[in-house]
Amino acid sequence: MLIATLRTSSRLALLAAVFALGAVLQARGILPAMATYRQDVVYLIRGHLWLAAVSGLLAILIGVPIGILLTRSRFRLAGLVLAQVVNLGTTIPTLAILALAMTVLGLGAPSAIFGLTALTLLPIVLNTAAGLRAVPRHLVEAARGMGMTPGQILWQVELPNALYVILAGIRTALAIDVGTVPLAFLIGGGGLGELIFTGIDLMEPAMLLAGAIPTALLAIAVDWLVGQAQFWLVPRGVNPLR
Amino acid sequence: MIRLERLSKVFGTVTAVDGVDMEVPEGEVCVLLGPSGCGKTTTMKMINRLIAPSAGKIFIGGRDTAGQDDVALRRSIGYVIQQIGLFPNKTIEDNICVVPDLLGWPRRKSRERAAELLSLVNLDPALFLRRYPKELSGGQQQRVGVVRALAADPPVLLMDEPFGAIDPINREVIQDEFMKLQAALRKTVIFVSHDIDEAVKMASRIAIFRDGRLVQYDRPDDILAHPKDAFVADFVGQDRTLKRLRLVRVEEAMMADPPRVQAEDTLDTAVALMREHGHGSVVMVGPRGRARGQVRLEAADGRRGLVGENHEPLPGTVLVGDDLRTAVARMFEHDVTWLACVDADGFYKGYVTQRGITHLLGATYGKRS
Amino acid sequence: METFAFMVANWPVILQRMGEHVSLVGAAILIAIATGVPIGIAITANRKAADAVLYAASIMITIPSIALFGLLIPILSLIGQGIGYLPALVALVLYSQLPIIRNTYTAITNVDPALREAARGMGMTTAQRLREVEIPIALPVIVSGVRNAVVLSIAIAAIATYIGAGGLGTFISRGISQTDIRQLLTGAISVSALAIAADAALLGLQRLLTSPGLRIR
Repeated sequence: MLIATLRTSSRLALLAAVFALGAVLQARGILPAMATYRQDVVYLIRGHLWLAAVSGLLAILIGVPIGILLTRSRFRLAGLVLAQVVNLGTTIPTLAILALAMTVLGLGAPSAIFGLTALTLLPIVLNTAAGLRAVPRHLVEAARGMGMTPGQILWQVELPNALYVILAGIRTALAIDVGTVPLAFLIGGGGLGELIFTGIDLMEPAMLLAGAIPTALLAIAVDWLVGQAQFWLVPRGVNPLR
Repeated sequence: MIRLERLSKVFGTVTAVDGVDMEVPEGEVCVLLGPSGCGKTTTMKMINRLIAPSAGKIFIGGRDTAGQDDVALRRSIGYVIQQIGLFPNKTIEDNICVVPDLLGWPRRKSRERAAELLSLVNLDPALFLRRYPKELSGGQQQRVGVVRALAADPPVLLMDEPFGAIDPINREVIQDEFMKLQAALRKTVIFVSHDIDEAVKMASRIAIFRDGRLVQYDRPDDILAHPKDAFVADFVGQDRTLKRLRLVRVEEAMMADPPRVQAEDTLDTAVALMREHGHGSVVMVGPRGRARGQVRLEAADGRRGLVGENHEPLPGTVLVGDDLRTAVARMFEHDVTWLACVDADGFYKGYVTQRGITHLLGATYGKRS
Repeated sequence: METFAFMVANWPVILQRMGEHVSLVGAAILIAIATGVPIGIAITANRKAADAVLYAASIMITIPSIALFGLLIPILSLIGQGIGYLPALVALVLYSQLPIIRNTYTAITNVDPALREAARGMGMTTAQRLREVEIPIALPVIVSGVRNAVVLSIAIAAIATYIGAGGLGTFISRGISQTDIRQLLTGAISVSALAIAADAALLGLQRLLTSPGLRIR
């Protein structure tokens, strides 16, 4: 209850900050100027979300199975090596990943999607493996003792128990994904990056903000949405939030 | 040494400690005893002001603690807790020297002191000073915990269930070690416990708490022999009489100057002696009086010969300094009704019988009620 | 091979960009430590404050860096600093708060209450307790927070080249605009190497600062 009130109050503080910003912008005549970009914004958000959705989906579809494989006993050694590689990968700056994607695929949407998928993939793999490793050994042992097959153990015991951590990884990953889409504009992707970078280049605050504000809100919204999914999808018995 | 006057503590609407009056003389071990939530720990923590009293006063050595700086006060009082609380980031040496360092002792003095204290609890300083807490067993850690509290040589020691987390076997050993240490150091100790056996073993006085009130404050033997009310009687247990066994030493229940025979005496002499005293057996002693064996009436009666050629081994002996619990346990163990009592050098001093013990315990019961 | 030749030919520039990058990140991290650690310690005293601060910091870190730059530019241009070093520094300091505050807070609150009680009972003041017990025990986790912050900052500093803050990102931005693979790779490799090296160095520091008594087992 208390925490909820606090969350509300810090949300209110955030809102107040946004209003303050709005007031400043209004005073400098930026707000009306921003309104002129309305149609662009709507169009670009669509592209933005499309890029994020494609790369996010790909990352989940690839990342979760890799994370599962990493924890299977027959891939133990390969798993350890791969985990090190993934760890190293998370250290590499996002812009560098995008740059590397461009050196491979050139300018254009494929390299944007490739780069975004690569950098979204890593946290998902890491958290999937971490979540599965954190499942208490005795649960798996009990399941094996009751005669479950490895597949049944994975689906009925391991994944449900690891789901919270896996979703936490997906949540971080998607927030990064949505937040990095503007950079993907640089290597040929679409999205709100177009307004931001052009705004910077032209020193046009209204244009810049017309891109930056929706970008920030989208990232927060995605984070919140996956947070909700985490809250509702994870069984109550193993959900620290409920 | 420590005096509590109308001491109370109220948490919100709950009265945790309610008007406690008590006085602990210098050099005694006072065990605060009671079920959980009875206010014993709160009472103890008010002494070093980890909890501020709501009302009442605490005097240590005649000085009101309320007027003193909390931090300075705590540095002058040793403190041992159940979880031990050794700092994992510090070596054993630095752990022991925490309070001396806080007090700004010269480094050499405090480190010498650490080594000296460690050897007092049978831990080799050369081996342990440089180790870290994690490298010690639980029992060793708690020894260091006790020693750490003694480092600055405080006159008063507060101990909050200090041996509660240690396994039963080690607990006994550490309790014994602590008693030895205490006999030498004569600190004034406030000791919180919920274990009546531990209390009986360690305490000079026991304070029994219930619902924040001090119900009975007495010497252990008096608590066991004369529980003030049904609560205390219930708390000390149905077997409280058995617990008293621990408080009485063999010496006190022993029949001194017993009849004895020597190896060169004849069996006739032995039989006559047994008949004279109405005993079923007699102890054979060596030339200087050490207990060597026994002759039983039913085995010797009607036979001829010397005691030295016909004696049997003693079924067991007990030291005069042991407590009666040990004596009774040994009787049960060997299925006998009496035991020969010897001193530390093996000299025969007397004997205890089951009847004698029963009588002694029964007699104190009648004394006051 | 071409890229290698480019790197060899341009190593003074690479070093200079590296210097800009490191000084920007270094300054931001020093400020972030100087603010984040005390905040992390301060909020251990109050659960409500802790929740509010951590929530705010986690929202902060969710905002994409390029969006944050975008928001800072109009604000800081009020004092004539919309583009360049200052917005980059401010953004890095803000982003570094969450890992540092969160790790400091978690590490201090996770110190065994028995140790706190023992320290209090032996007569340590609050400051002594922090210095002698809580901070030494929490230090490895705090350093690991700093490590996260440094890696994050190096990545974001690369993006800051677009708001005129220089650094190794400049190679990437030029590489993209001129479609020059050599510059692109030079930037990507050097900034990655910097991040990996900093991560490894701080891991070493983290081990070094862990008291041997906490390291065993």
